[in-house]
Amino acid sequence: MKTALDRRSLLAGSLMLGAGSLALPRLAFAQVAGSRNLLFVLLRGAADGMAMLAPVGDPGLEALRGASLADYEGATRLGSFFAVHPALAEVAAAAQSGEALFVHAAATAYRERSHFDAQNLLETGGTAPYSVKDGWLNRLAALLNEGAPAPLRALAIAQAVPLALRGDAPVSNYAPSALPAASEDLLARVSQLYASDGELGPLWERALETKAMAQDDGLRNLRDASAAGELAASLMRDAGGARIGMIELGGWDTHANQRFAFARSARGLDALLGAYKSGMGAAWADTLVVVATEFGRTARLNGTGGSDHGTASAALVMGGRVRGGRVIADWPGLADRQLFEGRDLAPTTSLESLLAGAAAEHMRLDPDLAMARLFPGRSVKPIAGIVRA
Amino acid sequence: MSRPSIALSRFGYGPAAGEHPPADPRRYLLVQLDAYDPAPSAIAGRMRSRGETGEMVELVRSLRQDRRAAMADTESAMSAQSATSEDPRAAALEGLPPEYRSKLAEARQVLVGDIAARTQLAVSSPTPMIERLVHFWSNHFSVSVGKLGTQFEVGPHEFTAIRPHVRGRFSDMLKAAVLHPAMLLYLDQFQSIGPNAPFAQRRARRGGDQPERPRGHNENLAREVLELHTLGVDGGYTQADVTELARALTGWTVPGIGRVGRFAEDQPSGAAFVALVHEPGARRVLGRSYPAGEAGQARAILDDLARHPATARHIATKFARHFAGDTPPPALVARLEADFLKSGGDLASLTRTLIDAPEVWTPGPVKFRTPFEWLIGALRLTGTAQLPPQRVVGALTQLGQLPWRAPSPAGYDDIAASWAGPDALVRRVEMAERIAANIPADDVLARAEAAFPGALGDATRTQLQRAESGSQALALLLVSPEMMRR
Repeated sequence: MKTALDRRSLLAGSLMLGAGSLALPRLAFAQVAGSRNLLFVLLRGAADGMAMLAPVGDPGLEALRGASLADYEGATRLGSFFAVHPALAEVAAAAQSGEALFVHAAATAYRERSHFDAQNLLETGGTAPYSVKDGWLNRLAALLNEGAPAPLRALAIAQAVPLALRGDAPVSNYAPSALPAASEDLLARVSQLYASDGELGPLWERALETKAMAQDDGLRNLRDASAAGELAASLMRDAGGARIGMIELGGWDTHANQRFAFARSARGLDALLGAYKSGMGAAWADTLVVVATEFGRTARLNGTGGSDHGTASAALVMGGRVRGGRVIADWPGLADRQLFEGRDLAPTTSLESLLAGAAAEHMRLDPDLAMARLFPGRSVKPIAGIVRA
Repeated sequence: MSRPSIALSRFGYGPAAGEHPPADPRRYLLVQLDAYDPAPSAIAGRMRSRGETGEMVELVRSLRQDRRAAMADTESAMSAQSATSEDPRAAALEGLPPEYRSKLAEARQVLVGDIAARTQLAVSSPTPMIERLVHFWSNHFSVSVGKLGTQFEVGPHEFTAIRPHVRGRFSDMLKAAVLHPAMLLYLDQFQSIGPNAPFAQRRARRGGDQPERPRGHNENLAREVLELHTLGVDGGYTQADVTELARALTGWTVPGIGRVGRFAEDQPSGAAFVALVHEPGARRVLGRSYPAGEAGQARAILDDLARHPATARHIATKFARHFAGDTPPPALVARLEADFLKSGGDLASLTRTLIDAPEVWTPGPVKFRTPFEWLIGALRLTGTAQLPPQRVVGALTQLGQLPWRAPSPAGYDDIAASWAGPDALVRRVEMAERIAANIPADDVLARAEAAFPGALGDATRTQLQRAESGSQALALLLVSPEMMRR
């Protein structure tokens, strides 16, 4: 695949700027991130980019998607070519106000169709599944920690630290528990029990801090998307909060009845992002959210109104500094001969380029250095111009 | 930690309720090697033939072909996560044909039962150290539910490919574990086809090249055998070795699958071998030649891999890490490596060498207990018998370590960094309070002294004495530093 930089970009919306048309000034390595926040939302299960952001301007779409296109009548358009899925109302509003953009026909270097392997590659940043053991978000934290007086807080809103966030840099995690909360009295006694323990003491302190930040979240799990978004915001908006956050969302593997199943998952994502945005309050101005999935789905709906494992999908970037209101894509087309292996939306933009470029610009790191550290061994350049300087 | 406490907790799953500390810790461990029951009745009842796997795979394939229904994604919809009481993906199954849904429900029930049986065995075991070995080796040869049909096979993989061999030869365990249906499914081997095999040639002649059908060999299992199961990632193998092993493995599949199924010869592991899809010819792996030999070819290569010096080093390192610390003492690794080479991979000998190694008996705790180790320890200590299967699965899900659900073929991590997290501590405290609330909790301090002979710290003793109730004291004991580490 060629780099994203030297390609024609199909743009929509107010800011007519291509992926490669902005040359960001080279920034000094490891400049302090200040109070900038980055939330990475991983859609596990292969979210359908063509449903998320339908290429309604492509003459081939009708034959592939048929009746489901009725959903996009009256949907928010980005330019004349793309329509945002109606369930993504908050996202569409953010795009219209210039705070969200989509990247379409994007994929990682992975070209097979296993969720596990694809997620492994997307999370580790390796070029082959299981070839790298730590995660790119952890390496991002490590990069930001270099020369910093204290390590930043990185937090997964998840029961176990996801692979993307695992590694040498210190990270924490928190998830609402289905278990009945322990009594306050027991918690206090555990504090005394661990007070003189060099390992458990500090861990328990972090646990109680995170628990206090989350307060009584009232959740049994992370399935109430709006509450999960509020929870993430509550853990990230304050000066002492997490600078890097990660959330995982499932329910995207829409092999059947996609029209219904996708809408339900998209409503969840939209509620999460909307709640997160409003929960961040003033800190939204310094916040970047990147939403990505391991691969896309077949261009053509199958016999049960679903779609099967595919290749390219769409990614979403939102935030107070995003040069939004547009779509970055080198649109590959939907004619049979234009589909990847005759079945999938063809990948024309590197997802790794987006992740590295967006993270580097937002956190004020050298994009090439970020690319080399987070996604080593690739020849593509990081995408520039995602975030206002 | 005292020697009796090390024998109980570092080597095993901690004492059972009322169990007295061993007077002779070393002997207490050695006799377990003889007393161990590889096939207890609790799992024997679960070992009926499971023809369901091939049936399920074929069912999904026909659905896919018909386009009547898409495959409900096998990697998510059928996961063990959805076996918990609140099934988040039930809605995803809407619209699927009833025969598929009932198969799915059956698969889920089998898996939940197998997880509960494994847990119960460890909780009530009189040979907890050997149960630890079972779980160590099971994790070394990790299989994970998710891929099609694996729910029926992951339990039997441990019960039949691991359990009988923990005191036997590594080469036997290697062959049983790698050539088991669970592994063949998990690492995509079951549909790997030799490009020059009669079946592939015939298909090519007919020109019926269907894109949905596998068209060649798959290297997934071969790579993991070399990288994870035997030599280790730095074990000195090349891509050519991976490819050659992958070719040798073609033909190994699961009974009842595909058009070639009727040509399958059943194998002792529960797998099947189909000569029609096996890549013909001799193979060359790590500089050694293997003549054409159908099912025996892969076995011969595995036998040689099992006694390779890099394998000895790799196994010794993991074994030492599991018992003696995240960064295992080099002297212990060397001792185990030498034993492995000398004995030809005799795992009873390896275990005895471990028991006799001074490095494993260092006083300080050397490991953070994984969620599974902690739960088994807590259930043993409190004498909590016979939890309903669904609750066992729920508890392990909440604690974050469901058996046979590791995120990668490398298995669950065996280092504190992966488990000693803030959220994990909170969950253990919540779980401890719940466990303690349901059982009589008298004289907790005395029970603590017995459970951690000569190893109970002052901080824990003080907090147990100050507790406002017996059950609170018990909850505190369950999350005490002594319980969190071994």
